[in-house]
Amino acid sequence: MAHHSNEPQVTVLPPDKEKIKKLWTVAAYLGAITAVEFIIAFTMSHGPAKTAIFVLLTIVKAGYIVGEFMHLRYEVKVLFWAILIPTLFIIWMLVAFVYEGSQMPVF
Amino acid sequence: MSHSSAATVSEKSVWDGGASPMGASYGKLMMWFFLLSDAFTFSGLLITYGLVRASHPAFQGLPVDFIFSTEYWPIPEKVFEAVPFLHGYSLPLVFVGIMTFILIMSSVTMVLAVEAGHRMDRKAVEKWMLWTIIGGLTFLGCQAWEWTHFIVGTDAPTLVKDFVNGQWITKEVTGASLKINQYGPQPFADFFFFITGFHGFHVFSGVMFNFLIYYNTVTGVYERRGHYEMVEKVGLYWHFVDLVWVFVFTFFYLV
Repeated sequence: MAHHSNEPQVTVLPPDKEKIKKLWTVAAYLGAITAVEFIIAFTMSHGPAKTAIFVLLTIVKAGYIVGEFMHLRYEVKVLFWAILIPTLFIIWMLVAFVYEGSQMPVF
Repeated sequence: MSHSSAATVSEKSVWDGGASPMGASYGKLMMWFFLLSDAFTFSGLLITYGLVRASHPAFQGLPVDFIFSTEYWPIPEKVFEAVPFLHGYSLPLVFVGIMTFILIMSSVTMVLAVEAGHRMDRKAVEKWMLWTIIGGLTFLGCQAWEWTHFIVGTDAPTLVKDFVNGQWITKEVTGASLKINQYGPQPFADFFFFITGFHGFHVFSGVMFNFLIYYNTVTGVYERRGHYEMVEKVGLYWHFVDLVWVFVFTFFYLV
């Protein structure tokens, strides 16, 4: 009874060069956007416009991470929306709470 | 009779059983829903930060003139400007930037491990899982340093009002804790510890999970199982931790 007969026969496929290249491209985008955020942080004066740009860039980054790295873009539509739609509640929570906070100062 | 039953079978919905309507296994699906719930928890923390910040006055004046005071909310880039081995230099947000870069890189190595798993390439999965673990540990090390610096404080103390033995006194404070804070209003320090702490704990858990998966890969568990789906699941968790950091970076450090 040879031992090797119990070992599974595994076929290792060659690396998917195209896919790997795409992943590094996404990583480069994430790095580049972070660099842009850095530049904006020290060149623009504080205000709603600056905050809006930061929020927008953050959402773009989140899109890349969830869509590409977590592969959600390529999942079945039902799963895609089952994850995305509930996050609307977060936006509601954000708007409601920050408004509330600005209406009742501590001092 | 047999004709009609055949018609019923062909019209059967994917939700009637026997199929995966969301095209994902139970484990993967539950990981997604767990992460969704975790997103709500982190949103709760970050949004409460926003609420409390909005209820405090902002610093009026140019950032150059900024000094620490409990009267107004601090400018984050003035608080986080220290880098290891470069004591005394003002390098705003540089160290946080390095931490962000480390976490993005470990997310890439994680997704490369998932890709290797699809190809049943055990050696490549081992390599990329190990890099991901190293990235996670490096991030945790950075965070430990950042916490230490935040707790110990700057060279120059700030005058803070404190309630001691039934009366208000003004005293010099360096550093911050959950009770006293040199950098600004007390909630600023509390949120720093809670938000970065809760995220750091996620990173710590992620490193533990990654190590378990790495161990199982090395011992050939997934090779015998015939697939590396566990790498995908733990990958989802790890990318989520990266995702949360992206939001913490923006809303705690940048805005």
